[in-house]
Amino acid sequence: MIRRRGAALALLLALATVATRVEAQDTRRSGFMFMSPGTQAMQRDDMENPGMLAVLDGAELWAKPAGTSGRSCADCHGGGAEAMRGVAARYPAFDATRGEAIDLAGRILQCRAERQGDAPPPRESRTLLALTAFVAHRARGMPVAPDADPRMTPVVEAGRALWHKRLGQLDLSCAQCHDDNAGQKLASAPIPEAHPTGYPIYRLEWQTTGSLQRRIRGCLTGVRAEPFAYGADEYIALEAFLMERARGMEIETPGVRP
Amino acid sequence: MRRRPGRRRRARRPAAVFARPPVLALLAALLASATAGAQVVPYTIVADGIPEPLGGAAGDPARGRAIVADRQKGLCILCHSGPFPELRFMGTLAPDLAGAGARWSTAQLRLRIVDAARLNPDTIMPAYHRTDGLARVAPAWRDRPILDAAGIEDVVAYLETLR
Repeated sequence: MIRRRGAALALLLALATVATRVEAQDTRRSGFMFMSPGTQAMQRDDMENPGMLAVLDGAELWAKPAGTSGRSCADCHGGGAEAMRGVAARYPAFDATRGEAIDLAGRILQCRAERQGDAPPPRESRTLLALTAFVAHRARGMPVAPDADPRMTPVVEAGRALWHKRLGQLDLSCAQCHDDNAGQKLASAPIPEAHPTGYPIYRLEWQTTGSLQRRIRGCLTGVRAEPFAYGADEYIALEAFLMERARGMEIETPGVRP
Repeated sequence: MRRRPGRRRRARRPAAVFARPPVLALLAALLASATAGAQVVPYTIVADGIPEPLGGAAGDPARGRAIVADRQKGLCILCHSGPFPELRFMGTLAPDLAGAGARWSTAQLRLRIVDAARLNPDTIMPAYHRTDGLARVAPAWRDRPILDAAGIEDVVAYLETLR
């Protein structure tokens, strides 16, 4: 009897240890984990991944002189395999000159205008998406590592507030779906946890590559809210919050999503 | 809580509902309809329901079924599943609509569709007949409820049949 009780106690202890260990595990899941095996295979294979087209276009643009400076991105940042390695993992970052947070695409636009002396391409243009995809791809496999500048804290907090703000005629916040109901199905589609680790993504629904801002606009339209304009501070704050939330997760660019 | 057919569940937060006298609720609703969009009609909340049909006329269950099954109009099946053998994809965010007419009285169903947040402020169920207290509504939907009074009554009439 005593021996049996002892065994039961040992079993309980063992179970408790396992439970604690499970709890300590990282339970965050990339949108990749919510996809069908076919779409996952498409992302994994660079020859099949349609997002690689933007990355390859970006590589070409990277080496091409632009603007009145006659310089290419590579002239300053280098063109080798190590150029821009891991840089995208820390964006959005604090831009000390402007005194505000800037996202990766915004930084590229800034370089185009101020350093290369070229008319900056519009947000969501093929050129900007390609260059962004090229740089973000150079961080593939690396952990999300947000900018440690303390001036990013209020930006992240603004993003967090927006994440929890109910919007639109349907009166829903991002958190109500992507925190509270991730994994549930909205009609046929599983709701992912909204980690921005694969952007710019190739979205099958779009039949093209698009930015996180475009993706967020999709949700805003879905809840019948008025989307923010491309490049708006709100998107940059949301992205800063989401990157903080995804800290340590692996960059997957170019992600493929349904 | 176990749900038994025929037995009505009590509202989750009855205090908040009972604390609001029907007359005040009526005044508030009248004010809301005057300031926000002509399509919102006034109504009176009694306990955790709205006993009287919105706009006074009874709804049509067949039209209600069509609204519920319509992804653009009713939106219901984006979150709920229901007895719709012809539909392939239904959501899992909210309870199955099957048996809704047995779980809730007509008055309870009506308030849960019109403004479920009156019963549970944290609900993800949108208010189908309210235009105030919303943020950044897209211009195409501004000052318009998701369903007008007739649409609400059609959906209520249909859900009542789900026993």
